[in-house]
Amino acid sequence: MRIQRVLAGVLAVTLPCFSPAQQDTQKEIERYRQMLQESNPAELFEARGEELWKTRRGPKNASLERCDLGLGPGVVKGAYVRLPRHFADTDRVQDAESRLVTCMVALQGFTPEEARRHPFSGTGAPMITADPFSGVGQRSVMTDLVAWIASESRGMTIAPPMSHPKERFAYQAGERLFYYRAGPYDFGCVTCHGEEGKRIRLQNLPKMTNAKDAQRAFGTWPAYRVSEGELRSMQWRMWECIRQMRFPELEFASDASIALITYLAKKAEGGTFDAPAIKR
Amino acid sequence: MQPRMILALALCGIGVAGCATRPSDSEAERAVAEMIKASFKTRGQATIDRLSQDDAQALCSKHAGELPKGMSDGIEKVQQAALRYPSSGKLMGDWRQGERIAQSGVGKQFTDDPNRPAGGSCYNCHQLSKQELSFGTIGPSLYQFGKLRGSSEAIQKYAYGKIYNAEAFAACSNMPRFGHNGVLTEEQITHLVALLLDPESPVNK
Amino acid sequence: MADPMRIRANMTGDKVEVKVLMAHEMETGLRKDAQGKIIPAHFIRNVTVTHSGKTVLSAQWGTSVSRNPFLHFRFKGGKPGEKVTIAWLDNQGEKRADEAVIAGG
Repeated sequence: MRIQRVLAGVLAVTLPCFSPAQQDTQKEIERYRQMLQESNPAELFEARGEELWKTRRGPKNASLERCDLGLGPGVVKGAYVRLPRHFADTDRVQDAESRLVTCMVALQGFTPEEARRHPFSGTGAPMITADPFSGVGQRSVMTDLVAWIASESRGMTIAPPMSHPKERFAYQAGERLFYYRAGPYDFGCVTCHGEEGKRIRLQNLPKMTNAKDAQRAFGTWPAYRVSEGELRSMQWRMWECIRQMRFPELEFASDASIALITYLAKKAEGGTFDAPAIKR
Repeated sequence: MQPRMILALALCGIGVAGCATRPSDSEAERAVAEMIKASFKTRGQATIDRLSQDDAQALCSKHAGELPKGMSDGIEKVQQAALRYPSSGKLMGDWRQGERIAQSGVGKQFTDDPNRPAGGSCYNCHQLSKQELSFGTIGPSLYQFGKLRGSSEAIQKYAYGKIYNAEAFAACSNMPRFGHNGVLTEEQITHLVALLLDPESPVNK
Repeated sequence: MADPMRIRANMTGDKVEVKVLMAHEMETGLRKDAQGKIIPAHFIRNVTVTHSGKTVLSAQWGTSVSRNPFLHFRFKGGKPGEKVTIAWLDNQGEKRADEAVIAGG
């Protein structure tokens, strides 16, 4: 009896919170996660994204290697987890995808419309009808790039800055949008994401004002969506939610989309970024 | 929007010490309204006017999570006054059609065919029949709804009214006002009432 | 030209463990696009893995294999530093071959 208590004491000191049985379960979960991650087709998008970053494109025949994602021109490692943030050159708060639009225009000479075209890759599935972003086998340069940029922040701490007045304004605007009830279904983001432990059909819903839920949610987008066979970004996630809320269309890389993402990123602050992930 | 206003909103909004003026809610509302105009666009049947809030939506957004009692009573009163029942007086339809409507999640999205009848998306938030395992938990389980309450005229009226306009009974309810907002027809709602109350319905078995 | 595969080849015990991610639409030919037209079938028919001139795995796939297939297998006789080549051929005649060097265990 005494030996067991001593052992228990030792284990309690060396393995806080884990009994031997629980530790096996944790190991299995980690092993399963590793297996999923090794087979995650997101890697294929990341590989294309890395290539595209270095590829000369557009009227100026330039690469994106001088693009400033917030940590200086060309610095990609760790940039995603420090977004959205205010940028002096545009005097706007921008997320990764809107920043890519900026760089495609400034560095490569594309028009804003060209840079915004086909931001989401297409499966051609009938679910999205007459969608300008989708098309059978339609590749999205934007999707590939954001997949790679996100992967360069994997394992890092989510830390969006909140020192610039415009950053704080974006957060507040995002918060107001989060609670904004409208449309024929009277939905707001809060309708599905305002309470703990809820699910829609069999899909668990994170409570976005709960740090742990927000960290897990924000930390796993972009993600390869197995059911769609596509890699989906945060901008896509916002666009898709808004569509299902019966709202009119949320424009890609718009101020409202960035405000929402800023709010969510701040709620997820302190979490570990684990994207691109793999989801149903 | 004026830079000074952004600054004021930003600094004062997050309770920075030494802040003299907190921007009024109406100023912040105006800022968000501007952002909405610039960031959303009409697509298919999802027109931009959908983002114009009615009184209930505006109040529920503004006071999310902390609705004063007087205000919630006020909202319920207005919504109750807006309740409309079928002129035929028939409130219970066919539970089989009701189950189909409850299962269907289409309707009102810009990717939906506007000519196709909307569904109630009921299983998105509720348990209904025992057999359907794929149900949500945003709303309470409705399993055995009729078995527990009977199907008197009063209960039929309550069930119909709740589906027609949930906020008549609970201000700022998460449940869409399916009848009031023109999502479901009178007939469709009677089928859902039957799904809930008919003793033969799988909900009550 | 199809996108490159992502290949990991490691020793586990006396076997070589290979994990391959292939970039391919794997379209069944049964789906319809937004305009209602059938999306043509486009899927990998054959996979061949070779090592030191010998075929160590041969697979015949069909439409039940999902998009961006992941293949995971082990074979005997390989050593660190040696090459493994994976090649696929699809129903539209497109092909792709990539090789990887076997890493230590």
